Amino acid sequence: MEFLKNQFFLIFLTFILFFGAKMLQKKSGWVVLNPILVTIALLIVFLSVTGIPYSDYEKGGVMIEFWLKPAVVALGVPLYLQLEQIKKQLLPIFLSQLLGCLVGIVSVVLTAKYLGASNDVIVSLAPKSVTTPIAMEVTKGLNGIPSLTAAVVVFVGLLGAVFGFKVLMVGRVKSPIAQGLSMGTASHAVGASAAMERSQKYGAYASLGLTLNGMPTAMCTPSLLPVLGVG
Amino acid sequence: MIRQCAILFGCLAAGELVVYLTGIKLPSSIIGMLLLTTLLKVGWIKLEWVKGMSDFLIGNLGFFFIPPGVALMLYFDIIKAQFVPIVVATIVSTAIVLVVTGWTHQWVRGKSAKKQM
Repeated sequence: MEFLKNQFFLIFLTFILFFGAKMLQKKSGWVVLNPILVTIALLIVFLSVTGIPYSDYEKGGVMIEFWLKPAVVALGVPLYLQLEQIKKQLLPIFLSQLLGCLVGIVSVVLTAKYLGASNDVIVSLAPKSVTTPIAMEVTKGLNGIPSLTAAVVVFVGLLGAVFGFKVLMVGRVKSPIAQGLSMGTASHAVGASAAMERSQKYGAYASLGLTLNGMPTAMCTPSLLPVLGVG
Repeated sequence: MIRQCAILFGCLAAGELVVYLTGIKLPSSIIGMLLLTTLLKVGWIKLEWVKGMSDFLIGNLGFFFIPPGVALMLYFDIIKAQFVPIVVATIVSTAIVLVVTGWTHQWVRGKSAKKQM
C-alpha cells in the first residue's frame, strides 16, 4: 500500500477524478456537482480512508498548484483583449470594482467578528473573494492561516459558480456585463469559469472582474483590518 | 510552446524581481500579469506568441485549485470549532459582493448612457 503515496500516482488520481467529475456533471446536469468540489471531496475521502497524510499528497499537489501563478500572469491576455471595452466604461467598472472590493472585505470581517470568530480566522477570511495566490499572499502577510484562506477561497468560488446567477436574479442585476463582472469580482476564477460556460461575453467580463478585484483587495486589506478593529 | 513558457515565466520572474527589490506587498503574479498586458499593448509581444498557453492555463484555472482545497482536511479542527462564523460570513459576504458590484455597474452605466443621449 506504500505505493499509494507515490506522487505521480496521486497526480494521476487528481487528474482522473477531475475528469470523471466533469463527465458526471455533464451527464447529470446538476450545478451542485461542481467538478472541483467533487474532486476535492473524493481526494479528502481517499486520503482519510487510506491514512495517507496530506504532506504526502502535497508532494504531488504542489506540482499542480505551481501552475496557479503562471495562470494568473496569463490573465493579462484577456485583460489586454478587453482594454478597449474597459476604456469605454471606465467609470462604471472602476466604481463597481471599488465598492465590490470594499464591501467584500468589510462584510465578511464584520459578520465573522459579530459571530465570534477568532482574529486569525477573521484575517484569513478577509481576502476571500480574490483568486488563491493573491488571497494566500495577503493572509501570509497578516499572520493569518493561508491554508484556511485557500479553502475559503475555493468555497467562495463554488458558492458563486453554483448559486451566483440565482443570487444576481434575486438582486435584480440583469445586464449581462454586470452579471459577468460580479461573478468574477465575488468568486474569482471559479465564478469566471461558470460564467464562461454561459457565454464568451459573460466570461470576458468575469475575468475582468477577477483581474481587477485582486489588486485593490491586496492593497486595501492590510490597512482596512485595523480600522475594523482586527489585527 | 517554449516561447510561450518563456514569456509567461519571464513576466512572473520580473514580478518576483520587483517584489524582491522593493518589498512591495503585491503578489508577483499580479505584477507579472500587468507587465504582460503592457507588453502586449505596446506591441513588444504579439498575441499569438502567448495565446495557446494562456488559453490552456486560464481554461483550467479551476483544476489548479484542487490541491489547496484538499489542504482543507488539515483544518477540520479549526473549521469545526468556528464553523458557523466561517460559513455564514462567507455566504453573506459573497451574496453582498455579487449584488453590490452588479448593481453599481448597472446603475452608473445607466446614468452615463443617459447623459450621452
